[in-house]
Amino acid sequence: MPMQADQIEAMILAAIPDAQVTITDLAGDGDHYAAHVVSASFAGKPRIAQHKAVFSALGGRMGGELHALQLTTATPN
Amino acid sequence: MTVGPQPTTIKPSPETVVESKTMSDAQTRIAEIVNSNPVVLFMKGTALFPQCGFSSRAVAILERLGAPYETVDVLQDPEIRAGIKEFSEWPTIPQLYVKGEFLGGSDIMMEMYEAGELQDLLQQHGLVQG
Repeated sequence: MPMQADQIEAMILAAIPDAQVTITDLAGDGDHYAAHVVSASFAGKPRIAQHKAVFSALGGRMGGELHALQLTTATPN
Repeated sequence: MTVGPQPTTIKPSPETVVESKTMSDAQTRIAEIVNSNPVVLFMKGTALFPQCGFSSRAVAILERLGAPYETVDVLQDPEIRAGIKEFSEWPTIPQLYVKGEFLGGSDIMMEMYEAGELQDLLQQHGLVQG
């Protein structure tokens, strides 16, 4: 079962409460998403750690249920 | 001496595949691969025929960079496919390693490429010309 965009956003927000999450449904099929996550909690962390924080928020779905999620992370300007 | 990009695919030898029964063997093999190849991409398919959009994007970035690189097709080896995720504690494929260090997947590669960081890193290691 593919995940809904709002479900992905809710999971990220539950783990990273200050995050600004933008989800784009890339193919319009509810299965291929791009997520852009902005959080002050990423400050000073390498990209790998920023991405791992998001993977962790998604509770192991990344690479499984969520096989086609493009992810970019950033800190607020 | 100028060496152009010559992507080759590392094929796990059949004996190795049969004899490796435990995850720790896979971890040892992965460590050997990342430590003996300066730039190596674990991907689905080959550089010529990527089997997934993310792997295809990773190959395209490496081609742009012009550094020689190796690829490992995880679809040919279930133990490597599972083991690489444990090795890097990273849930997805492709995965790029430079000089033994895990850099990330295709999204991070793209971010680093666009920021010029990937080029800088390869230059620092003498893998591309400045």
